[in-house]
Amino acid sequence: MLFGPDVGMKLRRSGYLYLIFALPFIYYLVFHYAPMYGILIAFQKYNIVKGIGGSKWVGFLHFGRFLSDPYFWKLVRNTLLLNIYNLAISFPAPIVLALLLNEVRSNGVKRFVQSVSYLPHFISTVVVCGMVVNFLASDGPIYGLIAGFGGKPSNFLLDPRWFRTIYVVSDVWQTIGWNSIVYFAALCTIDQELYEAALMDGAGRFSLVRHITLPGIMPTISIMLILALGKLMTIGFEKIILLYNGSTYETADVISTYVYRRGLLGADFSYATAVGLFQSVIGLVLLATANKAAKAVGETGLW
Amino acid sequence: MNSQKKLGSRAFDVANLIALAALVFVTIYPLYYIGIVSISDGTAVNRGDVRLLPVDPTFEAYLTVFRNKDIWRAYSNTIIYTVAGTLINLFFSSLCAYPLSRKDFYGRSVFTFIIALTMFLSGGMIPLYIVVRKLRLIDTMWALVLPGAVNTFNMIIMRTFFQGIPASLHESARIDGANDIRVLRSIVLPLSMPIMATMTLFYAVQHWNSFFNALIYLNTKAKYPVQIMLRNIVVASEFADQQADIGSVSTNFNVVAQNYKYAVIMITVLPIICAYPFLQKHFAKGAMIGAIKG
Repeated sequence: MLFGPDVGMKLRRSGYLYLIFALPFIYYLVFHYAPMYGILIAFQKYNIVKGIGGSKWVGFLHFGRFLSDPYFWKLVRNTLLLNIYNLAISFPAPIVLALLLNEVRSNGVKRFVQSVSYLPHFISTVVVCGMVVNFLASDGPIYGLIAGFGGKPSNFLLDPRWFRTIYVVSDVWQTIGWNSIVYFAALCTIDQELYEAALMDGAGRFSLVRHITLPGIMPTISIMLILALGKLMTIGFEKIILLYNGSTYETADVISTYVYRRGLLGADFSYATAVGLFQSVIGLVLLATANKAAKAVGETGLW
Repeated sequence: MNSQKKLGSRAFDVANLIALAALVFVTIYPLYYIGIVSISDGTAVNRGDVRLLPVDPTFEAYLTVFRNKDIWRAYSNTIIYTVAGTLINLFFSSLCAYPLSRKDFYGRSVFTFIIALTMFLSGGMIPLYIVVRKLRLIDTMWALVLPGAVNTFNMIIMRTFFQGIPASLHESARIDGANDIRVLRSIVLPLSMPIMATMTLFYAVQHWNSFFNALIYLNTKAKYPVQIMLRNIVVASEFADQQADIGSVSTNFNVVAQNYKYAVIMITVLPIICAYPFLQKHFAKGAMIGAIKG
């Protein structure tokens, strides 16, 4: 009962809890809900001095401008392709790692590999990108290695054809271990008796993985996939900012980096907010669709 | 048949171990390589002689780094931002998590919904920037530590931990006349040290590594954290070099630059790499809790 006769008493009993909760609640209002309200400037010719109340409304003008911009398609293509390639490689990689580690008999080896594989997660994006650019530079070790084998290395950092590969490989390096933790957690919950029973029936190792292990972690895989699809439009922004440059915009420039350049470097707040909103709406649609699809095939959904 | 199966199984074990060994090598070697280049002689590095062990070990690159006053300042800025930011995170997160962990908190489900919603909906980069600017936080430390004061995902992990504390403890304390603030301070928090430790690690690493907020919110060079310095020295300069190469402009300072850059990388990752072996258990445990409950 939300508004029963005992509301007053319930409120009083929670009095100190409200006091405790006040500060974080204000935090959420100021730094999460106020920016959501700020989305309104996407429909305005926003003037930071006049504020939202005083700026002129322009309707969907900025969206129209963005959609008719020839650069629009390139941004959408880059955003989707980069994220789809990344999803195709970076998403299954931790699952494979968890499955492989699950087959290792020695607990010591298992723990050691796990510990090592988590490490890159704690290395900053700047350092990872620093390593990438220095290793791939024309005086770097990878360039030298290829040249040493008689190959003709391309100028990786300035060649738009290499950008996606560099991005995906470095992403796998950084995330494979840490992202596998969820799957380890799921593996622990599988009933050991299932394995024993299957072994009695003469099942081989491969069929154990196929018929017991994989189905056992399927709900986790499904939820992680939904979450990954929901982020499909947004991930990787920091790394792109660090790794791209004028000569790789062709493949590297995505919606969020464009928002950053137009909005913060170019101070075109309204237009950039409109572009950002366009991106979030597509992201939400993807999330909802993925959730629905997962439920339709009988897997666990987010809601 | 059976022995064939066993043979196949053994072959798989061997292949598996080789694959995992390769993963370990690929993970460790780049970091190790940076370490050995940073203490090798610049000319040997440029000849490509440094592969497995440092060549003509020298700490010259580090001495050059340490002579750079900007790096010292950036380093101390990062320490200040990390300590202040983490304290604010812990304070706000526990204040948020505790009421939400209490079943008798009136309005709990509504508040939980309001907060969980922010994991899926956000105003985006520009509206948040405008809020920070209106609050006059641009070019101050507060712009780095306040907008992310509560990480909702971490807060939910914390709430879940608080929920595991027996309700009878709160109740008996309240019967003894303690109010909820006292209960939080002298019963819940002391019992929650494991989760607080994990959260401290998560938040501290996040602050130590963060660069984007500093990039958009700070303008004064003297306030830059070390990650921004790192970006300017290691990433941006390399792109400049590459473009200079195309224009066939020779860059003579490259010999020094290479191990200098690697030394700068080393001093920023070393604190993490050194602490890592002792702390990784806590990290993984925290992520496990998040994975199971989240």
